[in-house]
Amino acid sequence: MSDKQNPSRRDFLKASVAGAVALGAGDALAFANVLQPGGPKSRVVIARDAMLRGSGSTIDATRMRALLDRAIEASLGTKDALAAWKQLVHPGQVVGLKVNTIAGRGLSTNVTLVEAITERLQQAGIKPYDIVIWDRTGHELERAGFPLSSAAGKVRCIASDTVGYEDTPEAHGTVSCRLSRILTRTCDVVINVPLLKDHGLAGVTLSMKNMYGVIDNPRNCHDGGCNPAVADVNMLPTIRKKVRFIIGDATSACYHGGPMHKPEYVWQPDSLIMGSDPVALDFTAWQIIESKRAEKGLRTLEAEGRPPRYIATAADAQHQLGTNDPKHITLVKV
Amino acid sequence: MMNCHKIRVAALITVALVLITACGCKKQSPVQPLPASNEVAGWEKTGETRTYTAATLSDYIDGGADQYLKAGFKNVSTSDYKFEGKIEAVADVYVMANADAARTIFEADPSGSAKTVPLGDAARASSQSVVFRRGPFLVRIVAYQETPETPQALQQLGQGIEKRLSK
Repeated sequence: MSDKQNPSRRDFLKASVAGAVALGAGDALAFANVLQPGGPKSRVVIARDAMLRGSGSTIDATRMRALLDRAIEASLGTKDALAAWKQLVHPGQVVGLKVNTIAGRGLSTNVTLVEAITERLQQAGIKPYDIVIWDRTGHELERAGFPLSSAAGKVRCIASDTVGYEDTPEAHGTVSCRLSRILTRTCDVVINVPLLKDHGLAGVTLSMKNMYGVIDNPRNCHDGGCNPAVADVNMLPTIRKKVRFIIGDATSACYHGGPMHKPEYVWQPDSLIMGSDPVALDFTAWQIIESKRAEKGLRTLEAEGRPPRYIATAADAQHQLGTNDPKHITLVKV
Repeated sequence: MMNCHKIRVAALITVALVLITACGCKKQSPVQPLPASNEVAGWEKTGETRTYTAATLSDYIDGGADQYLKAGFKNVSTSDYKFEGKIEAVADVYVMANADAARTIFEADPSGSAKTVPLGDAARASSQSVVFRRGPFLVRIVAYQETPETPQALQQLGQGIEKRLSK
């Protein structure tokens, strides 16, 4: 990540407090307020720790927890990370963590990050068994370092290919999809934990595209650079109702060759990108990818014929999933 | 009544043949390109070979599939490996329609700081990957750990795959 996009920790907190989004006590309406046209700005937090890996290549779990705390405090406007988590979730709820594991261990949601999230959720009063790490297949989860588990009293890790999909599809616009029963039946609330990646068709993938891992027919949703399908999938009622917050993993990311793992195009921003507006997050992700591509002397995604058009679609009058207007995004770097 | 019965039997046989053919296509490839354990010194094959066809490629590489399908794609075989118990890797062997299709995919990605290595018709290697093409085959080997031994170990696995492809 360039210095412009991701400054050092000394460049602390550049946001306008006046632009902060005041989120409510965790109900869906509180999040919906963020997305109202003309409403408060959408807050996108980029938190970075240049020493996240110490002097080695493995992420330090203690530093990861501190980075997560710093990010969520900035996201929800608190000075106490636990208070922030308690705004997002409540004891008794089943909280899903929708990770992204299609590219295998080298370019999937980081295990140390997910462990830090599960630890904080438990401290916020969520029972271990009520925390559900999930993705579309068990094979991909295990290859990415998430062993499957449904053991009583422990954090669950389960996959849609074994739990199954609803018989009746939900539809919006161009898409009609059967949703994972993990979303519809198991989870009360979902935190989206995607990974920042270049994408061969969609251009960029972070928060909205990760919902392709929730539906039974993603292969039918890739035409036209995944536009308008990404926006339409995110309009499906159950997704809108349950997916509350996004913790984007940018500890490792790829600026070309995605969404698969091609190490030659991977770099380590050692960052988290966090917020509740998926459009604003994806717009920010796009800028980060373009910045890195420019640094590497690569053409823009537009020049390669694969700009992420679905972002503007998601912001349009028919979708209103969030904002892609920089004037309405408060970018906070901590 | 008898005609109706014959039609049903014929339909069932047809469905069975289609299913058998489909299953066969999924599990077997004309070429078995992935080396067995210790066929290449130090490399253990730690997973089963999985094969994806044009119809299922996006299940494996999601949005990366379109590029392969447009170029001319037949199938891909993939398996996990481990070198001397410490370097984990995944090897993919794409069977493209012809050598031009393999070249199209190989040349689609910028070489950046990758080095040219003596494998197949053309090859490049970085600290954690080796990519080469040989005729209609496009081979990609990716390691999860970057160590001083990784580049050489990947190249040796690549040589083992190339040996199989030349049979």
